[in-house]
Amino acid sequence: MSSFLAIADPQAARRLFLARSGLALSGAAVALLAGRDALAAKSGATRADDVRILNTALGAELEAIAAYQLGAESGLLQKPALGLALQFQGHHKEHADLLAKTVRQLGGKAVSAKSKYGFPVHTLKTQADVLRFAAKLEQGAVSAYLGAVPLFGNRDLSKAAASILGDEAMHWAILRNALGEDPVPIAFVS
Amino acid sequence: MAPAALVAALVLAAGAATAAQGDAARGEQIYARCAACHALAYDRVGPRHCGLIGRRAGAVAGFPYSPAMKASGIVWNVGTLDRFLAAPLRVVPGTTMTYAGVPEARERADLIAYLVRAGRSPAECGSGQ
Repeated sequence: MSSFLAIADPQAARRLFLARSGLALSGAAVALLAGRDALAAKSGATRADDVRILNTALGAELEAIAAYQLGAESGLLQKPALGLALQFQGHHKEHADLLAKTVRQLGGKAVSAKSKYGFPVHTLKTQADVLRFAAKLEQGAVSAYLGAVPLFGNRDLSKAAASILGDEAMHWAILRNALGEDPVPIAFVS
Repeated sequence: MAPAALVAALVLAAGAATAAQGDAARGEQIYARCAACHALAYDRVGPRHCGLIGRRAGAVAGFPYSPAMKASGIVWNVGTLDRFLAAPLRVVPGTTMTYAGVPEARERADLIAYLVRAGRSPAECGSGQ
């Protein structure tokens, strides 16, 4: 894993230290995570790139919302799995709302949900199938956010994305647990 | 062949050789990282991977590619995938695949080996791929 010492830029190292230590939360990140505007929009020339990253994440979040809706309406999920699915869908809705709002704050146009998603419905025959399908999406989401975090020009957006990553990782672990699998099989995600 | 072109060809060949030695079983595990956006048989946030090898970038009918990807001129093969997956945004600036990449050559080789195998699998992709 990378170390604070491996970061050449002392200012970046300080910001990362503060972010990891929980000693402080930057004003822009607070604004972003709280859904306020203004501060998060000051990313300069990298704004278009950041909008593109956010929109890709938003597209995946919108698909996840639709996937959980499919699972909830399938009739295959029983309590408490059904409750989990609806709770996690609610988280994805919150992520999507925040991402869309941030895209607009940065002057971009937020992507919309597709009118139809091509989910492999024919493979979902049991509760375990639905949970496994959801777990796969959540695992992918963890990796996708991990791959996006270092790309943002605005590091406050990186922090916000990392916050979502943590939530997706919890979803993945709980779904694995519900499937009877080791919920946390590895020390590092990739 | 000019020296610069020779070097480029050797680099490309080296990348292709590395990828060709990948382990598809390990690559299937690495492919799980792609599951937020991609599937083999159907389009998602990213395009389907069935039939990927030999396909021109931006060529899946009806998929809303970025202008950058459409204009990239890339034809997907072991070598081009190896370079793209190492740093997607460096190879195709403007792509909507906003992912830092797979920096480890060994992992890329395994992933590409899986994409080659699965993308041609009738079980995964049907007989039309």
